[in-house]
Amino acid sequence: MNIKIDVKNLDFFYGDFKALNNINIEIEENKVTAFIGPSGCGKSTFIRTMNRMNDLIDGTKHVGEIIYEGKNIYSSEVDVVELRTKVGMVFQKPNPFPKSIYENIVFGPKRNGIKKKAELDRIVETSLKDAALWEEVKDRLDSSAWSLSGGQQQRLCIARALAMKPDVLLMDEPTSALDPVATSKIEELIGELKDKYTIVIVTHSMQQAGRISDNTAFFLMGKLIEYGETSKIFSNPEDKRTEDYITGRFG
Amino acid sequence: MSNVKKRKLIDKGFHILVFLTTLFGLLILSILLFDILKDGLKWINIEFFTNFTSRFAEKAGIRAPLFGSIWIITITMIFAFPIGVGSALYLEEYSDDKKILTKIIKLNISNLAGVPSIVFGILGLGIFVNFLGFGRSILSGALTLTLLILPIIIVSSQEAIKSVPKELRHGAYALGATKWQVVKGVVLPYSLPGILTGSILAIARALGETAPLIIIGAVTFIAFIPESIFDKFTTLPMQVYNWSTMPQTEFHDLAAGAIIILLILLLGANAVAIILRNKYQNRIK
Ligand SMILES: Nc1ncnc2c1ncn2[C@@H]1O[C@H](COP(=O)(O)OP(=O)(O)OP(=O)(O)O)[C@@H](O)[C@H]1O
Ligand SMILES: [Mg+2]
Repeated sequence: MNIKIDVKNLDFFYGDFKALNNINIEIEENKVTAFIGPSGCGKSTFIRTMNRMNDLIDGTKHVGEIIYEGKNIYSSEVDVVELRTKVGMVFQKPNPFPKSIYENIVFGPKRNGIKKKAELDRIVETSLKDAALWEEVKDRLDSSAWSLSGGQQQRLCIARALAMKPDVLLMDEPTSALDPVATSKIEELIGELKDKYTIVIVTHSMQQAGRISDNTAFFLMGKLIEYGETSKIFSNPEDKRTEDYITGRFG
Repeated sequence: MSNVKKRKLIDKGFHILVFLTTLFGLLILSILLFDILKDGLKWINIEFFTNFTSRFAEKAGIRAPLFGSIWIITITMIFAFPIGVGSALYLEEYSDDKKILTKIIKLNISNLAGVPSIVFGILGLGIFVNFLGFGRSILSGALTLTLLILPIIIVSSQEAIKSVPKELRHGAYALGATKWQVVKGVVLPYSLPGILTGSILAIARALGETAPLIIIGAVTFIAFIPESIFDKFTTLPMQVYNWSTMPQTEFHDLAAGAIIILLILLLGANAVAIILRNKYQNRIK
């Protein structure tokens, strides 16, 4: 079993507020890892540290290391732009660019040096197929991405992330704005994607975590309380607080 | 029950009130327009465009100020648009908001928009005409007007840039885009309609100005068409001003004619900007 991302003693601060407290976790390759926990416990904060999206927020700082490909991603050896091409992200709210469907998909590849039309066309087709959107949009690739439904937009955002051929895919509550049909499509998709990618997903739905993830991490007030195989966490948690949360007694 | 009736009555009353205020503005505008058209239209013929100004009303035309205005507005926009949008981008995207200097600059740009235009004229006279030695040329005039409208363009561009949703920027960053790629690929396309709206206002303002141009010494009696930015010039509003100070009433009618052309020019410039804006807006939707 390979470790893809190794987080060591990570603290994270918004100004003086300590949002993450001594996180240690190993994310396994080609697995789906779910982050669960009550609102405000730091799931989004943590997932955003893994591709350094938190750098964009003023006044934040961190202590500790996140090792990816043998290097601490916060060290000067690692270029943040390059990191983000390998560690992709899908946000809670669908955020397609105000451009055509086609231009949304090629946004990343184009800016990373792919110029040939034929190659871009191919990327568009494979990413849309991987995101289970191709059949619905193949005849209107030039229409605006904002004309798609919410669920389609979210799958477009997934396709956009896949177009970069990332190594790791971070998803922050990707289905929270979607209806059950679109949600199950995306869950199915995640199951297929894990052969090629390492996936980290934040979710508020216990059922979802149970259905799609291999490993589950439970967070509470900035701390990682328990981490292990999903089946174990759900059937036989070690910590009382995990059990309370999973059985819905709080949170 | 009676309460609902009363509220509905107030509602209706307010509706009528705001309608009347709008009507008042429209009425005044129509009277003005009618007056100008009545006096000016009869003077508008081919010679009005091909003749230079003259001491005799029958022979006077707007050839020089028409070309002068087009020159001035073109050169002004060539300077003001990139500098204005560039400054707004710097202030919103690159500068460090925590620095006192940034705060002072941001505050003062909005203040600059309220400075009387004649002050910019004095500045232009000192810097462009005399110190830099551009003389009483189109270049001096355009640079002075650039200073005048820069705050308008900067402030409106800043607002447009601020309105770009954070989610879109983050989406682009998450795909491994550099800052410049985010600005060029997401921020500018998204904010362009807003930026163009601000520029429409700025063009209108520059096209109508007289005071700063009088100060830097635009002359009204010019009998040639400018051929370079170092030539002397006059503009339509300057010509209007000049003619309307003449004692003979024919010249007042001539001024009305020049105003009509100025209005057409303004509408034309606005139309171009609006077409551009809609083009980009459609691309977003
Ligand atoms: N930009 C920010 N500035 C300051 N504090 C923040 C910021 N973002 C989050 N926080 C704080 O950090 C803590 C963790 O927030 P985070 O968004 O990571 O929670 P979460 O687990 O994702 O919650 P949710 O399930 O509601 O999305 C919260 O207390 C929140 O108020
Ligand atoms: Mg969150």
